[in-house]
Amino acid sequence: MRFLDQPIEFAVLPGALPAACGEVDAAQLAAFCEALPEAGGRFVSLWGTDERDRGRGFDLHVAFTTREGLACLRLALPAENPTYPDLSGRFPAAARLQRALFDMLGMRAEGADERGWLRHANWPADFFPLRRDADAALRFDAASEPYPFVRVEGEGVHEIPVGPIHAGTIEPGHFRFSIVGEKVLRLEERFGYKHKGIARRFRSLPLAEGHRLAGRVSGDSTVAFAWAYCQAAESACGCEPPEQALWLRALLLERERIANHLGDIGAIANDAAFSFGLAQFMRLKEDWLRANQAAFGHRYLMDCVVPGGLARDLAPGAAEAIARQCDAIEREVRVLKGIYDEHAGLQDRFLTAGRLVPRLAAALGVGGLAGRASAQSWDLRVDIASPPYDKLGVNMTTHRNGDVAARVTVRFEEVFESLRLIREILARMPGGTALARLPEAAEGAFGAGWIEGWRGPVLVALEAGAAGAIRSCHCHDPSWENWPAIEHCIMGNIVPDFPLINKSFNLSYAGPDL
Amino acid sequence: MYQLLKQIVRNGIRTEPPPQPDAALRNVAQRLEDAMLRELGRALVIRHVDAGSCNGCELEIHALGNAYYNLEALGIKFAASPRHADMLLVTGPVAKNMEIAVKRAWEATPEPKLVVAVGDCGCTGGIFGESYASCGRVSNVIPVDVEVPGCPPTPFALMQGILTAIQPTGA
Repeated sequence: MRFLDQPIEFAVLPGALPAACGEVDAAQLAAFCEALPEAGGRFVSLWGTDERDRGRGFDLHVAFTTREGLACLRLALPAENPTYPDLSGRFPAAARLQRALFDMLGMRAEGADERGWLRHANWPADFFPLRRDADAALRFDAASEPYPFVRVEGEGVHEIPVGPIHAGTIEPGHFRFSIVGEKVLRLEERFGYKHKGIARRFRSLPLAEGHRLAGRVSGDSTVAFAWAYCQAAESACGCEPPEQALWLRALLLERERIANHLGDIGAIANDAAFSFGLAQFMRLKEDWLRANQAAFGHRYLMDCVVPGGLARDLAPGAAEAIARQCDAIEREVRVLKGIYDEHAGLQDRFLTAGRLVPRLAAALGVGGLAGRASAQSWDLRVDIASPPYDKLGVNMTTHRNGDVAARVTVRFEEVFESLRLIREILARMPGGTALARLPEAAEGAFGAGWIEGWRGPVLVALEAGAAGAIRSCHCHDPSWENWPAIEHCIMGNIVPDFPLINKSFNLSYAGPDL
Repeated sequence: MYQLLKQIVRNGIRTEPPPQPDAALRNVAQRLEDAMLRELGRALVIRHVDAGSCNGCELEIHALGNAYYNLEALGIKFAASPRHADMLLVTGPVAKNMEIAVKRAWEATPEPKLVVAVGDCGCTGGIFGESYASCGRVSNVIPVDVEVPGCPPTPFALMQGILTAIQPTGA
């Protein structure tokens, strides 16, 4: 298999995802990065592994995509002083990943930002938790040290520090606003507060049970992460899940998408002081979650997707109940969309707020629904369309304006499309079983899973260890590449519009903090 | 405006009856006096603190405000600052990077105060456990009155935990 006509030998991975792996040297990596944007490809993620127990050094893994599939490049680095070329100049989304990679493994991008990202002085600077010789039993005292935020100077400029604990029921993170009057001149984000050592934790779990941890990387995307993990595990184990399981997984994924959109469409209106919207949509979301409980035994569908298929079949009579509810919810959402569209005060807040223009979205590599609201027409359900999406024909929604109004419009349209998909899935559900046996993976087997969650594409890349263990597991949340977009699109807006703009993206803190 | 009012009237009142307190959720013996709890129980102010959760518990805390659970109808509301709160509702294992912030939020909450730990992670450290990056259960970091297990606990279970914390034992 070849990508972009580059002289790299790729080995195709087994499984549902069209993906391939190849070894490169630094020059080949540079040439690939050079050719990628011209060919319309994108940077996906980067991570590292410690291979010194195999008599080598460290491996840098970089995942890219063209519309054909996922290309994982591996660059071997020496055990002493493992440095690699900085990729953030060409792919801004790599910047924070590179900082996190140094904190985890001590692998340094040459000449890049050296500030810590996940390490906040709470463990020593020479402790790299993902190194094989890092003692998992070690505990350290909490400490705090100043963080060098970029300062904005000038007459009347001052700073507003926000967080890590925010004013509402929200995840923790820090925002440093530099403002003049009400206007935001600059925003700098600092995250990592929720880092709880998930990558290291994976290594103490059996491969057949890692889906539970993957499903808790970001609780609102549990189906997307669990499916991506299972796709990766099934690829590594050479397991083909039954067709019915794939259709049921798609049913769950679309239900997760709708649940989040319903909650967010309400909450976005609430941040524009239209609490009617929140009350109405939270009621619909509650009805939706109760139907999840009745049909699958969990309000958020946690632990339903398991390696080999699905943990349980649809409850008896659930298909009819779900189809009926889809009709009822669609009627309600159409009425509410009419009210939103006609509400002058609401539209006044939505239109032009937090505008992310298409060119900037492309340069930053913004993906998922936020990307689609800024004319970035990427959706794995369409581009890759692994089963059952190849048979469903998803209609992608895009918008050019990139403001809060565009993101709300895309969310509404995605609710209607997912309701259509759910009815279609139920009508065409194949018979048979929903769970296949998972054979043990060969040591060193690599697998990748890539699923379009409600927020955007979720990647899981793992390598099997000996005797059914996990050697390494990298989870990538689309919030990595989308958070920097908020730093840009808030500029020139007023401080009180920040919650509204932020909520229109509703990015994850837990997902990238890991 | 007509559509909006019609929607409100058509939906009517959806609020369901609240749960009864459950003494089994207590982590420690009652720390506050009954007289104090009777005062708090009539107008409780909560500050939510996410100490490192997966965000699942936050979804259910949000749901407490929906028309079905309608927590505010019981005289319970959320505040933006721990300085305005009677109770901290803490989710997640306490991430090492949140340890100092959680302790500061607890110190900033005026006495008398209550702490409710939320979710399997808040109660035991959950699937994340203890590590270089995780302090584990909430009570490893600050004193906890009531623990509400679940992954995530349902809004009904959350209400029960909150009501248990403010239930006078002599009542």
